[in-house]
Amino acid sequence: MTKQIHLAAHFPGVNNTTVWSDPRSGSHIEFSSFAHLARTAERAKFDFLFLAEGLRLREQNGQIYDLDVVGRPDTFTVLAALAAVTDRLGLAGTINSTFNEPYEVARQFASLDHLSGGRAAWNVVTSWDAFTGENFRRGGFLPQEARYERARTFLQTTWELFDSWHGDEIIADKASGVFLTRAKPGRFEHRDTHFDISGQFDVPRGPQGRPVIFQAGDSEEGREFAASSADAIFSRHGTLADGQAFYADVKGRLARYGRTPDQLLILPAATFVLGDSDADAAELAREVRRQQVSGQTAIAFLEQLWNRDLSGYDPDGPLPDVDPDPGENTIARGRASVRMYRDPLATAAQWRGKAEAEKLSIRELIIEVTSRQTFTGSPATVAGAINDLVQADASDGFILVPHITPGGLDEFASTVVPLLQERGVFRSDYEGSTLREHLGLVSQAPPKEAAWPLSR
Amino acid sequence: MTTPIYLSVALDGAGWHPAAWREPRARPAELFTARYWIDVIAEAERGLLDFVTIEDGFSLQSSRTDRVGGRLDAVLIAARAAPLTRHIGLMPTVVVTHTEPFHISKAIATLDYASNGRAGVRMRVSASPDEAAHFGRRVFPRLSLADRDDPARQQLLTGLFDEAADYVEVVRRLWDSWEDDAEIRDVASGRFIDRGKLHYIDFSGDYFSVKGTSITPRPPQGQPVVSALGHAAAAYRLIGTAADIGYVTPGDAGHAAQIVAEIRAASRAHDPIHIFGDLAVFLGPTPIAAAERKARLDELAGYVYTSDATVFTGTPAQLAGFLAEWQQAGLSGFRLRPGGIPGDLEAITRELVPELQRRGAFRTSYEAGTLRGLLGLSRPASRYAASEGN
Repeated sequence: MTKQIHLAAHFPGVNNTTVWSDPRSGSHIEFSSFAHLARTAERAKFDFLFLAEGLRLREQNGQIYDLDVVGRPDTFTVLAALAAVTDRLGLAGTINSTFNEPYEVARQFASLDHLSGGRAAWNVVTSWDAFTGENFRRGGFLPQEARYERARTFLQTTWELFDSWHGDEIIADKASGVFLTRAKPGRFEHRDTHFDISGQFDVPRGPQGRPVIFQAGDSEEGREFAASSADAIFSRHGTLADGQAFYADVKGRLARYGRTPDQLLILPAATFVLGDSDADAAELAREVRRQQVSGQTAIAFLEQLWNRDLSGYDPDGPLPDVDPDPGENTIARGRASVRMYRDPLATAAQWRGKAEAEKLSIRELIIEVTSRQTFTGSPATVAGAINDLVQADASDGFILVPHITPGGLDEFASTVVPLLQERGVFRSDYEGSTLREHLGLVSQAPPKEAAWPLSR
Repeated sequence: MTTPIYLSVALDGAGWHPAAWREPRARPAELFTARYWIDVIAEAERGLLDFVTIEDGFSLQSSRTDRVGGRLDAVLIAARAAPLTRHIGLMPTVVVTHTEPFHISKAIATLDYASNGRAGVRMRVSASPDEAAHFGRRVFPRLSLADRDDPARQQLLTGLFDEAADYVEVVRRLWDSWEDDAEIRDVASGRFIDRGKLHYIDFSGDYFSVKGTSITPRPPQGQPVVSALGHAAAAYRLIGTAADIGYVTPGDAGHAAQIVAEIRAASRAHDPIHIFGDLAVFLGPTPIAAAERKARLDELAGYVYTSDATVFTGTPAQLAGFLAEWQQAGLSGFRLRPGGIPGDLEAITRELVPELQRRGAFRTSYEAGTLRGLLGLSRPASRYAASEGN
């Protein structure tokens, strides 16, 4: 059976994927930029728009990192405002479970769901670093191993709050004077090591019951968390073999929680460069990669692996002779990617070997070893590649990350999407009004008892 | 020449009277929809009002089945309305006792971006043990609200207002933590920002510490408008030292003058502060009609509605005279709490406002593009702008 593709738009992030030096690059803060991308995504019948979050500005060598886009607005506030300029588009945002409390987050998501007519989605993430904690009165950083425990418990607690209203409480009958069908709606009580709360939740049940839940972690615990609790995974595995392995792994975990494969969507993030022909696109993509990795950016990347100040090195020269400092990474702070280098010495040796063999400068090497575009080609080529990956069970669709703000999705919307629609693998119009409907997820009836597989 | 009056309305559900939702034109089944709030805020904008406040809290308003129960997050209501309005200020209520100043600072800054400079925030403290139990991070004693002189109550409130002052300080520093021209996009040097123009706020107080920098650049107004409601000395101190607008609840014009003097005495001399009188209003075409409407609502509610604020019942023309009298006592404006929506709101926007305009006491069109501009407040420079480096 032919699968239907799910597509989403990611507002360009505060990293070097986003090319701010391009003359077409607009504001990352002004609301008009968010409205532009959202309207483009809705015109293309995308499932949702996604906003990432960061709660402390990144630093390198003890200074605020200034080579990438810096700064972003508040996730909830932007999503609520976007509900005013769109009708159907899902509105998804990352909200951290470490630096918030369940009652507040639940009422914000329930409010967003009401104010958008059932379009809210939450990417649940957890931080554990004291660096970010310095911005919060609670401090509130965690031991790394406790973060999924915290995320699970936090999510479970918000579910109890969402489900504390059953949806039939409000009749607002003027004649009889009955507003609520029962006194004391929204009662809840949750007590564990993380949260000890009780009372009455004050936001009635939203159109979706619970917002759509996203999970983004890739670790063993992250996958298990997603299998037990998420509606969709924001994955990193956009290639065929990688994607298929991840897809099979995570979907294979669902049965353990009494869930079916269609109850968890796998949506990798994907970048793209379009051209009139495949050759044009390839040429453009090379240019975009050079814009994304300036000489300074290449040195900065190298410092993140080397864990040393390498500002004296020439980005157009060879790699440093010195080895990485193997200790705790103190060069780059507030950046998740540094943790990807689990064995810096081995990675450095590999990079040196590659640079010597292929005669690459520092900048050329970083262009090679950091992530390139997921899709490059003519609209027909890209449409074909997307469809092939989805039909081959490497994913259920993609979250597209344009490299230009805010117009970077316009061409994709007007050229690739019609081709997918012609093939009958992507909707020509919205059928439902809620994000759950777009994603083919059943709506959440309030359970009699919370169905929580990993009991607390 | 008559001094212009600043005018705002306080929005809460179907109106401030507990039976307001049963009025013939009330829309109680729509209280949790965007459409309702947009219609109400658009009506206030048609009346050229300076701003609306939106009530909020972390607990159900009532546990009774004959009252409105439940509400939506006020910041998000304001954000939802921002792209659909053009002139009116948007002032959601935020409970400072249980929230993070870092989150609220960027939320209000973002509301300021989404509204092109029309954001404000009303800061509220919460001494409610029920609300505290929803967060589980602190425990408040169950005190008698009736006994205003109870020392335990006084001590708790004084602490909460002191904490609120620190909270406002952090929020304001975060708004200033990016200088206006920090984003440089200098292609030649490869730098997106001039990091010398980003600043840690390094706040450390008795209640919490916050490092900064904000993740959100300085909002269009520089400093969105901060307001607070006060009934007694601790709150007046907060208003005097931290707010741009204080809402107060005098019983008569003489009392209003006393409160104004008390707040002025507590305030920093160089900063202008607006002091608005709060009034619950029930309006009608004749004094008798207004009184009968209020009586009918009281009958539906089963008791005579009173409020922390003076309850005004009468015609819009009478209200115009009443406001002029209180203005003489030193109030610069008013926050009217409509007894019922849309009835009392429309009486304000369609009858009171024209009456004030006839008296030369209210604008006939919006004269400024930002809320600070409407309120006659200049756009301040960042407090860090003159300092060197980080």
